[in-house]
Formats: sequence, C-alpha cells, structure tokens
Amino acid sequence: MHEDTTSAVPVTIPGQHAKASCASVLAVEDLTVSIGGRLLLQGVTFALEPGQLCGLIGENGAGKTTLLRSLIGVQSSPHGQVSISGLVPRKSRDLVGYVPQKINFAPDLPLRVYDLVQLGCDGHRLGPRWFSGRLHQQVQAALDAVGAQDFAYQRIGELSGGQQQRAVIAHALARRPRLLLLDEPLANLDFRSANELAGLLGHLTRVHGLAVLVTAHDMNPLLPVMDHIVYLAKGRAASGSVREVVQSATLSKLYGYPVAVIEYGGRVLVLPHADAQVGEDGCYLMPNGSASGGQA
Amino acid sequence: MLTWLGHILHWSFLNSGSVQTALLVGGSAAVVCAVIGVFTILRGYAFAGHALGDVSSAGGSASFLLGISPLVGFLGIAGIAAVSLEFLGVRRAREQDVATGIVLGAGIGLSALFLYLDTTTTSTTGAAVMVMFGSMFTFPANLRWPAVMTAAVALAMMAILYRPLLLSMVDPELATTRGISTRWVGLLHLVTLAAAVALAALSVGAVLASALVIGPAGAAVRISRRPVLAIFLAVILGLAAVWGGIWMAYESYYWFAGNAWPVSFFVVTIIFLSYLMSVPLQYALWRRIARPVQIAANAGG
Ligand SMILES: Nc1ncnc2c1ncn2[C@@H]1O[C@H](COP(=O)(O)OP(=O)(O)OP(=O)(O)O)[C@@H](O)[C@H]1O
Ligand SMILES: [Mg+2]
Repeated sequence: MHEDTTSAVPVTIPGQHAKASCASVLAVEDLTVSIGGRLLLQGVTFALEPGQLCGLIGENGAGKTTLLRSLIGVQSSPHGQVSISGLVPRKSRDLVGYVPQKINFAPDLPLRVYDLVQLGCDGHRLGPRWFSGRLHQQVQAALDAVGAQDFAYQRIGELSGGQQQRAVIAHALARRPRLLLLDEPLANLDFRSANELAGLLGHLTRVHGLAVLVTAHDMNPLLPVMDHIVYLAKGRAASGSVREVVQSATLSKLYGYPVAVIEYGGRVLVLPHADAQVGEDGCYLMPNGSASGGQA
Repeated sequence: MLTWLGHILHWSFLNSGSVQTALLVGGSAAVVCAVIGVFTILRGYAFAGHALGDVSSAGGSASFLLGISPLVGFLGIAGIAAVSLEFLGVRRAREQDVATGIVLGAGIGLSALFLYLDTTTTSTTGAAVMVMFGSMFTFPANLRWPAVMTAAVALAMMAILYRPLLLSMVDPELATTRGISTRWVGLLHLVTLAAAVALAALSVGAVLASALVIGPAGAAVRISRRPVLAIFLAVILGLAAVWGGIWMAYESYYWFAGNAWPVSFFVVTIIFLSYLMSVPLQYALWRRIARPVQIAANAGG
C-alpha cells in the first residue's frame, strides 16, 4: 500500500555510507543535533534493512528520544542526512510509524482503540470522515497485527498499560509503514506483556518485513528477536550485531556501571551487577572471579 | 386531549417573533457550543473557555458605549483574547492557567470600566444585566441572521478540523508525527471557541456562556465512548437546555403570576441537572463496560 509514495523523487544521499545499501529502509549519515548550544548527537551513522529489528540503547539522557525525533522530522535543527526509503523525513511520514515514549490517556477520554487506529490512518486529513469499507479493513488489519481485537471497542483510558501500548502500536501501523520506531515500549510492562510485545515486534519484522528501531533499557525481552544494536554514548553512536554489543565489557563501559552478561537456559541475559569491582585495566571484575570479558 | 396539552404547554408561544428569534439564535449557540465544548474539554481548556466568556463581556459593554453591534463587540474581544491566550503560552498546563488568569483579569477590568462609562455617559439602561446575563427575548432582530451565519462558519471550521484536532487532543506528539501543526490547530480551535462563546454570551450572557460550552459537552464526554457520539449527545443536551429554558421562561410568566423568570436561569439549571445525572449514569455504564475487560484479560492468558 505504498504506491502513493513511490512516485516521489528519491533524494540521493551524497557520499553514501558503506553500510547503507540501496535496500536500506533507513539510512542515517553523520547526523548531528545540538539543543541550546549543547551537542547531543554527533556524527551518528547507521542503516537499517527491511525485516531488521534494531535496538537503540544508551543511558538516560543519551539522546535516544532525540535521535528518534530527528528520524520523523520533528526535531529542530538536525544536521546531516536522514533518508527513509530514499526520502527525507518530512516527505516520508507515510512510511514511518512512531510510538512515543509516554502517552497518558485520560480515563474518561471518549475514544475507543478502534478510533485511535482510525486516526492513525487519516488523522492528518481535513474535513469530516465519510464511511469507507477500505478504511475499516485497514483498521482491522492493524488491530489484527497487534492482537488488539479483544479490546478494540473499549475506551482506551480504561485499558491496562500493555493494552494501551498495543493500541498505540496499531495506531502507528495503520498506514502500513515500512519503518516502525518505538521509544521505550517495554517500560511499565510486566514480564508477560514485555515478552509478548517483544514477540510481536519480532513477528512484525519477520512476517511483515518491517524494519523496527526500538529503544529499551531492559533489553532482555528483546534479545531473542533483536538482530542489531545501535548504542549511543556521549553523543556518539556505534553499532554492531547483538553478539558484538552484548558483552559485559562493552555494556559496562556504555552505561558506566557494571553490567554482567550471563547465559541461562539457552538465553543470554543482561543484568546490572552492583558488586563488581573495577580492575586495573578499567574492566569490571565480577565477584565470582571471572573478568567481564575482553574488549568487544 | 391535544387541546388540553396545548393549554398546558401554551404552544402559542411559538407564534411570538421574539420567541422565534430566541429559539433560532439560542439553538445555534447551543449547537456550536456543544460541538466545540467536546474538543475544549478533551483539550483541558474548560477554564480558558470560561475566561473567554467573561472577557467577552468587555466587548459587549464596549459595544453599548460605541453604539456598534453587540455581536461585533463580543466576537472582537473574544477573538483578541483567544489569540492572546495562545501567544501568552497556553500550551503547557501550568502556563495555561496563569495565562488564562491574566487575560481574564485584564478583560474583566476593561468590562468594569466600560460598564461604568455606559451608565455614566450613555442613556442605556440595563446594559450590565444584558451583557452579563444575556438578552434572549430582546435579541435584536437584525442580528438574527448574522448570528446564525457566525454559528455556521464556526461549525464548518470544526468539521474541517475534526480529525487533526481530535488527534492533537488525544496526544500532541502523535499529531506532530503525522505532520499536523499542533500550534495552528490549537490557535484555530481557540478562535472558533471564541466565536462560540461570543454567541453564547449574546444569548445567555457573558457570565453564563461557559455553562453552555462546558456543561452539555462535559456530561456527554462522561457517558460516551466515541468522539462522534459525545458530540451528538452534547448537541442534544445543549439544545434541550436552551429550548427547554426558553419554554420554561415563557411559561414562568403563568407560574409566577405575571413575573417571568430569566431564561438564563432555566438554561443553566437544566445544564446543571443533566450534568448531575451524567455522573451516576457514567458509573452505571462504566461497570457494564469494565467487566468484559477483566474477562478478556484473563482469557488472554
Ligand atoms: N527541548 C529540549 N530542550 C533542551 N534540552 C533538551 C530538550 N530535549 C531534550 N533535551 C536534552 O537532551 C538530552 C537527551 O534527551 P533524550 O530525551 O533524547 O534522552 P534519552 O536518551 O531519550 O533519555 P531517556 O532514556 O531518559 O528517555 C537530555 O540531556 C535532555 O536534557
Ligand atoms: Mg527518551
């Protein structure tokens, strides 16, 4: 359903980065953002392919939200190139779905999940909405994709946090984007909801071929489905495969706090490790004697 | 039977020209206020809506002083106040209250001055009561169609802005993501609100205008699950209040031995009672709706 955008002239990216192939849904090149004279992001470069689930990590205030806002073209004064399927962010709104970090729905908001998803399809259009079977189908497809049919006709303010999260994701998916950006979608979710949501994101990438960029502090639920990680530290970004980044040493350095990476029941888990000591080489030493890995 | 009913209800009141004007202008004001009221409540602007009504009294009193049409007076000042509210930083919750309070104070100050000048320099009598509590039955006949036109333009504006406005009200960030300028949408909403409030001020009075904006919409929002339904219910409640109030005021002439009570009193009383009833109704509805949520949550696991 992207036929309306393919006719637009693609913006060529001068000096295309090696990692950004023609197939990239998202190509960020040398992105620099400063707010009030403070440099928040500096020379951020990475690319995302269709069907890839990429985690965006970094400590509080590292600039994750700022980066996502630059990708949807609402961040003021970004420098550098961002291209989404070859288009600049302001031209590619139909190709991107965005789930913001926090939304507080008032309990008495007269709005059902269905209505919110409808607004995801046509919320930007002027004039009254006439009934359309196509719109209804589009809404149903988005509700199906996130498994929100059970509560589609309930007031959104009366739902649980996890259900609201699904509703907002359905809203973001309503226009069938190619790129889905989620800011802390796992915050406030319990174990089951977090794992279900991670599974849902994995499903969207594998089955629907979406590219997903998701920020998360607790990355454990995402580890089984994530292919790629971009991490932000001191304004700079680095990226790598999950295997490369999820190393005790890398993560400890990134967060400036001892982090252990353990394997349990065939899964890799990331844990904060307050008892660790700093060794002579700057690496954290875990109390059980094992050093927290070499340089990744 | 019908004659008996006609005797009780005094259907003849429909033949009076001033009653027809009141029904037409009051009805238009009720519809516009109800529609805009729903958005105003969703946006958390009830106080701003009230302030616009109070501030517009400065325009009403100035129009007596200058001898211009009160519609122009009310509309002009309410419009200026709406734009000032937006530019004084009405967008953040706390700033909004401060900005509203400041504009409200300035407007009432002006109103006090103009009303004072009205009584000292012109031969107008009863300007204060007319501005503050409306002039439903003495509504100038020549303003009848301009008022209805204003209502139509305001309604058209709401119909055009419906979806972007709704999305901005639900969450400004979601709206920005879709390329909606929340600033423009917000400004247009405030200006349209000002027009609705000015109409309401003309009919039920500046002080009671906000009742027409907030009351029916507030009750409707409590008991509906969909925005369209909330708007529809608000319109029904608003019309019932205004037309019911007009009828009761007309009838009160017979009830109180030739002393008709003010229309505005009846309108506001009906609004108040309907809001009061919406509270238990909401809980009754809410229980019915809430139960399936729990079942669904359990069944999902
Ligand atoms: N509008 C703004 N004006 C000034 N500074 C801002 C603004 N928005 C963000 N910042 C600053 O930018 C920095 C990065 O913010 P951002 O919200 O992108 O961090 P984050 O990585 O998303 O953090 P968190 O994990 O807490 O969500 C913060 O230090 C914040 O103070
Ligand atoms: Mg953030």
